[in-house]
Amino acid sequence: MIFTIAGKELRTLFTSPLAWLVLTVVQVVLGYGFLKRLDDFLQIQAQLAQMASPPGITELVAAPTYATAAAMLLFAVPLLAMRMIAEERRNQTLTLLLSAPVSMTQIILGKFAGLMAFLLIIIVLVLAMPLLLVTGTRLDYGLLAGLTLALLLLATSFSAVSLYASSLTAQPMAAALLGFGVLLAMLFMGETAGDSLRARGWQVPAAFAQVFSPLKNFEPLGRGIIDSYAIVCPLLLTAAFLILAIRRLDGRRLRG
Amino acid sequence: MMTTDPALTICARGLSRRFGTHVAVKALDLDVRRGEVLGLLGPNGAGKTTTMQMLTGNLAPSAGEIRICDIDLLEKPVLAKARIGYLPETPPLYRELNVREYLDLAAKLHRVPKPRRAAAVDTAMTRCGLSDVSRKLIGTLSKGYQQRVGIAQAIVHEPDVIILDEPTVGLDPNQILDIRALIRELGGKHSVILSTHILPEVEAVCDRVQIMHHGVVVFTDTIAGLRDFQRGRTVTISLHRPPDINTLRSISGVAGVEAAGDGRFRIQFAPGSDPSEALVSAAGAGDWGLYQLTPAQSSLEDVFVQLTRPAEPS
Repeated sequence: MIFTIAGKELRTLFTSPLAWLVLTVVQVVLGYGFLKRLDDFLQIQAQLAQMASPPGITELVAAPTYATAAAMLLFAVPLLAMRMIAEERRNQTLTLLLSAPVSMTQIILGKFAGLMAFLLIIIVLVLAMPLLLVTGTRLDYGLLAGLTLALLLLATSFSAVSLYASSLTAQPMAAALLGFGVLLAMLFMGETAGDSLRARGWQVPAAFAQVFSPLKNFEPLGRGIIDSYAIVCPLLLTAAFLILAIRRLDGRRLRG
Repeated sequence: MMTTDPALTICARGLSRRFGTHVAVKALDLDVRRGEVLGLLGPNGAGKTTTMQMLTGNLAPSAGEIRICDIDLLEKPVLAKARIGYLPETPPLYRELNVREYLDLAAKLHRVPKPRRAAAVDTAMTRCGLSDVSRKLIGTLSKGYQQRVGIAQAIVHEPDVIILDEPTVGLDPNQILDIRALIRELGGKHSVILSTHILPEVEAVCDRVQIMHHGVVVFTDTIAGLRDFQRGRTVTISLHRPPDINTLRSISGVAGVEAAGDGRFRIQFAPGSDPSEALVSAAGAGDWGLYQLTPAQSSLEDVFVQLTRPAEPS
């Protein structure tokens, strides 16, 4: 049942120009950035060769590309998720799902899975660029796997937050702005809150703040460090916002 | 404990729904048996849609109990919903899908097993006259066709209970006749609840009627009962040479006479004692020049006024 709903969401995404536009813009920007960095790398390759332990191509070309992709997801995910619940509410099509023998959890998970399937396409395209270099050089597969996992976890938490934002209003545009605002707030908070709390020796609040800082959790994996807490945090954030979205949907049944 | 009559497909007891301080539906009881079409009548804002939303699990009741084919809707919503087909006031259509894709999705959501799905979609399309437009995008269809897609969506999984909120809105007269025939046909095997404010529609398709007003059921009876009620307990007679009004009052069965001028009289009578025949023979014997006798046809609004007046605090 989750896959039925996910399939429907994916299909709806591809019938709107928005999804194609997002795919195009993301790919053009990332492709340009990737080629630019590759060019720079080739220019400084001679100097690098003289260093004792030089950074490899994966670190210098792939990692920044992934960072750009992360920044682009910040804009793209709220836009892709905005219609999922808000528009169904505005067009009163949500009734079809609510009247069907499907639980609220299945509805939200289905929509989440549909969104993730779309984001997986973006992630695969990002991964494809450095993988193409395999014909000419040796890649750091460990780092590449870490980067891909980090981007996947980021997409997961962004999706859950954006989906919840979409459940709060019947105006898709408002949902997109709300989702973007919440993600941005988390970004700023993550930059400072965790560190300043830790500086005061408040370990538990600092650990708690880290759950709400998706980009902070991106960094260790992005450097190839497997930090289990940085993997658990985005999963916790995702679960929390999905539960909020389910409760929100059920609340509409209760409150009308 | 509620009765477990196997033929009883919908059984609601003491259903209430409040929105803040506003009571939309109050202590509503509703029973529908298999093979029965129940008409839910009422003016706008009477609570019909709220009732239907509660019966389909779209809205949680503030109080009360709903059983669909003896499954508690509130405790086992997924099991109960599998037996319901619902057409809401605004058909829940995805404009970007074509008719076949959409009905296939509806069938999947309602757990129609894959081997039977294509046939189920075909049957629903044939029944609703959609076979010619199966490849068209729903967004490009006219309002009448969209309404039919909405009905098809509600019946594609052959539910035991079909709930239609104003199914004939926006259809042309021919389509209305088709849809009414379809509802009658569905009423043979399934249970149907439909809401409307068109009285002829109720007479054409329903077996039983519940009239709601201000969230309360004010009348529940069979169609025959509604006809009696509707026909009213008055006849109007027109006479060229009217006698004294007391002569009319003395005719057996007459409960009251009201002169309407120009030799016309409105005659009230007790239920079951229609004095028409006695009036005609008295008119013949007395040479009153009777040229017209009409049983008063009260409109739905009149029925409402009659039904709701005692309930309203004056």
